[in-house]
Formats: sequence, C-alpha cells, structure tokens
Amino acid sequence: MTISVQQADFDPGAEIAALTADDPMAGAVASFVGLVRADKLAEQKVGPGETAQLAAVRAMTLEHYPGMTEQALADIVTTARQRWQLCAVRVIHRVGRLLPGERIVFVGVASAHRGDAFAACEFIMDYLKTQAPFWKKEETAAGTRWVDARETDDHAVKRWLD
Amino acid sequence: MMLKILYFAGLREAIGSGAENIDLPATVNTAAALRDYLARLDEQHGVLLTTRNLRIAINQKMLGMDAAIADGDEIAFFPPVTGG
Repeated sequence: MTISVQQADFDPGAEIAALTADDPMAGAVASFVGLVRADKLAEQKVGPGETAQLAAVRAMTLEHYPGMTEQALADIVTTARQRWQLCAVRVIHRVGRLLPGERIVFVGVASAHRGDAFAACEFIMDYLKTQAPFWKKEETAAGTRWVDARETDDHAVKRWLD
Repeated sequence: MMLKILYFAGLREAIGSGAENIDLPATVNTAAALRDYLARLDEQHGVLLTTRNLRIAINQKMLGMDAAIADGDEIAFFPPVTGG
C-alpha cells in the first residue's frame, strides 16, 4: 500500500522501517513529516510589503476530494518513479480536524543511494502541495478562514520542470 | 447534456452545496463556458467568477479552462489547493 488518505494518525518510525523491511537493495531512506504549526500569531500579506497579524490558529480542518486525491497522489508517485531509481515509496495524508503539533503528512522514499531518495522525497512534497486536492481551514478565536495558496509553492514545483 | 458538478472548500460554502446535477445546453462545451453559465444561475454561484485562480478538474484530472466537457462528465471547481 503506497498511498493512504486517512483521519487516523501514523507512526513515522514504523513507516520508515516498513519501507526497507523486505529489500536488501535499499541503502537509503529519506522521509518528510509535516505538522500543524504550533499555536502562534499568523501573518497574512495584505498588500505589497505589508502584513497583518491574524489571530492564533487553534485547530485546522483538512478537506479533500475523495477519489481524485488518491489518483493525484498516485500520479505524482508514478512520475517520481520514472525520474529516479526508487525501491519503495509511502505517502500518508491526514484529513479532518487536527490540532497544533499533530502530524498532517508523511512522505518516505527508499532507494539504493541517498541522492535519489532525497530528490524524490522533495519532488513528491512539492507536487503534493500544488496538485493534490486538499484544502486547509484554520480555526482562530476570531472565527474560521480558508488558507490561501502560497506563490512559493508554485515556484517550488517549477524548479523540477527543466 | 447532464453533468455532475462538485464544489470544494470556500466555493462549497459560498454556493451552499457540494454537489449538483445540471442539465446544460449543448452550446456550453468548455470549462470556461460552464463556469460562466453556472455563475449566472444565482448570486451564490457568482463566486465562480470572483475566486482568484479558480481550478477545474474534469473526471478527476486538473485541466485548463479551455478544456472540453462532455455528457456525463464529473466536473469539480475549487480554489488553489493547500494540503501538505
């Protein structure tokens, strides 16, 4: 099972171990774990060079597009496997309501050598951020708000296109 | 032409529904034409024209607004994604 979209938490250590459990050819594992950022004041861009302090985030709810989400993630993994020599890949993304400090996403990649594992792990995260249909809604003392997409995420994807 | 239309995130909330079945005139045959047709249905659907960088998926693939649509397609409109 390469891809999971689930409400439940996951165990990063167990996932990393499972990536190479039956594969003596795997010599490297790279992994990424994304978390709900701890409770703090958030800044929002309100104009050129201007930011406003927004109320602290108390919780976050992740919505997704069932069916398309799994397919989009599978397509990203397929592309990564065509580009690098990979032994195993695991992607887990949580949905539903999460609190600051909770894990949101896991990407783990096993390969023979570290270069392919590092690159593929970052590639999968960059594409996940811009291609997989998830949306975050933040809860604050002042109410709820949908998170705006970041231009830096689009730039992160473009560097893989050359 | 019957289509299943889905809305997600802020669009779902603004329109007040996550899914609707729409019987379209045959002249509405691209994603952009569908967006413009739906936006005229009522005030709530106007959000389709005011959402920055509106995205569309046809049969669960993200495509451009010039993409063709056909009878029976599942069409989803949503804002730029923010997972990870």
